Amino acid sequence: MFSKRLPIAKMAAAVVALSAVIAAVMLSINWNGAEDSTAAPKIDDLLNIEIVLSSIIFSIVVVALGYALYKFRAKPGDESDGEPIHGNTRLEITWTLVPTIIVLFSGAWSWKVLNEIEEPAAHQLTVDVFSQQYAWSFGYPGKEYAYSQGVLHVPVNRQIVFKMHSQDVIHSFWVPQWRIKKDNVPGITTTALITPTKIGHYQVICTQLCGFGHAAMRAKVIVQSESAFDKWVEGLKEKVPTPLMVSVKQDTQTNPEPLEQVEAE
Amino acid sequence: MIATFTRPGWYRAVLCTVLAAAFGFGIVVLLRVISGLPAMQTEQTGYPQVVVPLITAPLGFLLGIGCFDYWIRWGIGMPTIPDDHSSHGAYSWKDYFKVNTDHKVIGIQYIVTSFFFFLVGGLMAMLIRAELAQPGTQIVSAATFNGLFSTHAVLMIFVFIIPMFAGIANYVLPLMIGAPDMAFPRLNALSYWMLPMAGILFLASFLAPGGAFDAGWTGYAPLSTGAPLGQSFFNIGVQFAGFSSIFTALNFLVTIITMRAPGMTFWRMPLLVWANLSTSLLVVAATPFISGAQFMVLFDRILHTNFFQFGAGGDVISYQHIFWFYSHPAVYIMILPGFGIISEVISIHSRKPIFGYRLMALALIGIIVLSYSVWAHHMFVAGMFSWLRVPMMFTTLLIAVPTGIKIFSWLGTLYFGKIHTKSTAMLFALAFIVTFTIGGISGVMLGMVPFDIHVSQTYFIVAHIHFVLFGGSVFTIFAGLYHWFPKMTGRMYDEKLGRIHFWGTLIGTWGTFVPMHWIGMEGMPRRVADYASQFGNWNLLISCFAFMLGAVQLIFVYNMIVSWRFGPKAEANPWRGNSIEWLVSSPPPVFNFDEIPRVVGGPYEYGIPGARHAIMGGEGAEVPATQPSVVGT
Ligand code: HEM
Ligand SMILES: [Cu+2]
Ligand SMILES: [Cu+2]
Repeated sequence: MFSKRLPIAKMAAAVVALSAVIAAVMLSINWNGAEDSTAAPKIDDLLNIEIVLSSIIFSIVVVALGYALYKFRAKPGDESDGEPIHGNTRLEITWTLVPTIIVLFSGAWSWKVLNEIEEPAAHQLTVDVFSQQYAWSFGYPGKEYAYSQGVLHVPVNRQIVFKMHSQDVIHSFWVPQWRIKKDNVPGITTTALITPTKIGHYQVICTQLCGFGHAAMRAKVIVQSESAFDKWVEGLKEKVPTPLMVSVKQDTQTNPEPLEQVEAE
Repeated sequence: MIATFTRPGWYRAVLCTVLAAAFGFGIVVLLRVISGLPAMQTEQTGYPQVVVPLITAPLGFLLGIGCFDYWIRWGIGMPTIPDDHSSHGAYSWKDYFKVNTDHKVIGIQYIVTSFFFFLVGGLMAMLIRAELAQPGTQIVSAATFNGLFSTHAVLMIFVFIIPMFAGIANYVLPLMIGAPDMAFPRLNALSYWMLPMAGILFLASFLAPGGAFDAGWTGYAPLSTGAPLGQSFFNIGVQFAGFSSIFTALNFLVTIITMRAPGMTFWRMPLLVWANLSTSLLVVAATPFISGAQFMVLFDRILHTNFFQFGAGGDVISYQHIFWFYSHPAVYIMILPGFGIISEVISIHSRKPIFGYRLMALALIGIIVLSYSVWAHHMFVAGMFSWLRVPMMFTTLLIAVPTGIKIFSWLGTLYFGKIHTKSTAMLFALAFIVTFTIGGISGVMLGMVPFDIHVSQTYFIVAHIHFVLFGGSVFTIFAGLYHWFPKMTGRMYDEKLGRIHFWGTLIGTWGTFVPMHWIGMEGMPRRVADYASQFGNWNLLISCFAFMLGAVQLIFVYNMIVSWRFGPKAEANPWRGNSIEWLVSSPPPVFNFDEIPRVVGGPYEYGIPGARHAIMGGEGAEVPATQPSVVGT
């Protein structure tokens, strides 16, 4: 019944046009910055899908509101009421079901992406991340717990398994160009996987409030070729200090892998 | 002389506060001395001689001001002072500073008090933005900055938005359902008086050694369990705010369930009533969780228990589970009453029945059920057991469906109506629809785990929460305040100033919070006093809009105060509404109704000739018993 009394075709055209414009502008911008890991393009594609869907929803709301305000404004002095329409079951079912389908689709796609970015690859490199107020340091169990303070070196195109530990409060490990983030929780070991795809310099940013030094809690990240990385690691003199090893050992109950390497030493 | 100190009131309140504080202090010192410990303990997580008085002093105040008089007399078998209703109504401004059991007085007390905390919290926001206008630290130190944004958030959430909605509903809801008052007027008074206790405790934490609590409003352990004394002020303040909410929610539940006017079936309740019914169900079941979480932190701090002490077998992440089990429902506690306000405003000002009234009510119920099953979406990167992420992603995304139903139904209500935009309330309601849609969209994006991994704990979150809380909750609060201002004060506000306030607020909100999405995605974390210089220009722009947003709120304050004193007299029903509060005078009589009204139809029967929602006592005869009751089609 409404279809006869509203210019549905014109409104639909307006929605299409508006969402096309919004989506085109939004898609042309690279919101998340450089895509320097295998996960990054997948997450950005997900964002783009969501940008398109959101542009449509937003345009529907704006066009619907705009048309109502244009068409159904009361004339000055008009004290009469609107039409006593209480609802329309077909329409109500539509705006329950269509959004349900949209969000289930978004959920399914996200699930797929999540599985892909957390898929373990062969030939991984394990790196221990140690965080404390307000500094990062890194241990390389494969290289007999070689130890680096404030600078994280990793090889390019190889999947890194970060085993994260905190010595005091919760910190969070974020490298925006990799789209990876994970809390470092005292008392447990958390894990994150990432495969960097570009050689370059980045920053680890702490994103969990950890005290007055939180904003300045950064570390340098250097992604380099496998051979350059190996050379650098061999050159490391220091081993992970014993106090930090406590949290690694603690982890071995849930995660036997580093223990074997500790014993292999 | 003696009498001044035995009568309930401010003299007795001050006396009791001092005595109770001394008692709390004394008992700690005494017990410590008996146990052979030094009398004072000044470790930063200790200070029992301060923490215990923080609990006893507010209780002493409540006792002194007179919140417990009736119950104590009854409890110890003294003759109770029968309520002669002398404490109903307010006849001068001084009456607002007394314990009063009239829901209308309590409503105003709530509204004014929480608005005061909004201004204080807003002032902190201005300081925060001033610091962030430029990279580097200029105005406050990093530690002070943490205290500022923590207290800012806590004031806004616990002593502004949540109690403001309680205040508006306190005033309007009993009138709307044709009740003479709330079900438990004395409990209602107690709920109100706990609110300033909470707010004062939060603010007083600035005086504590080590400064205000600075672990964020989320107060994650173990940062909070090891933080300086200020954190205990937060732990205890939340108890007062929490109990206040729980008591009010119980009161609303009983009032709504048992005190509706004859004829008001559930399906004839205005949506504001439905909204407060669902909110109260959330508050009653969820709030004990934050109360518990903060007690556990307090115990870890001063009793050296090990709930969250990782070295001693405590579990750090369990704090987050308990906290979010309350705090996710809390975000709906902060928006559902607003949904109710918007429904009232849009229906009246477009002269149309609410589109899909029953589905609107069911959507509220859907939201409260779902909102207990999504808490872990705040913990996607927290390192919790990972299987929970996908199920909670789906429940989170599904919450958008009932939320969407509400948006579309409001839009549907406008169609074929006669939309009046002369009221500032309606402007806020219309702007709310668009602004809140953005917040809902960013919420859905955050619900998607892979994207959330990237933007969690960044400025994108700050953007989301301000679109839903400022563009959502605060817009609905303004809509509600403008809408019922004539009813509450009996005066009209100035629409011209209202419009300036509206446009300033709308532009300020978008200008401030839209760019925050961008800098968040690009790499700026939240809760930082300093940031990479690449974000400098955006932050400067954000700060400019924020100052503008702050400044236009002063116009609102001016408008409200001046209109309350000098505004033109308001009619009983300036917006030509149907619901019962518009059928009584503005302001309503002290006892609301001389005779209880009878409800004879749905609340939004605009456009049906002769249809009425309610008839006042005495005029019943000429109205037909059967009304054209059309709800849904
Ligand atoms: C469509 C509905 C919504 C969805 C799907 C949604 C989803 C989310 C998600 C997934 C987060 C966590 C982000 C993170 O920390 O990584 C979040 C944060 C938040 N949301 Fe929403 N949200 C919605 C609506 C709302 C509403 C209506 C409010 C309040 C009125 C709200 C207030 C908040 C707040 C305060 C936070 C941040 C908490 C903090 O970490 O400090 N959200 N939201
Ligand atoms: Cu940090
Ligand atoms: Cu949530």
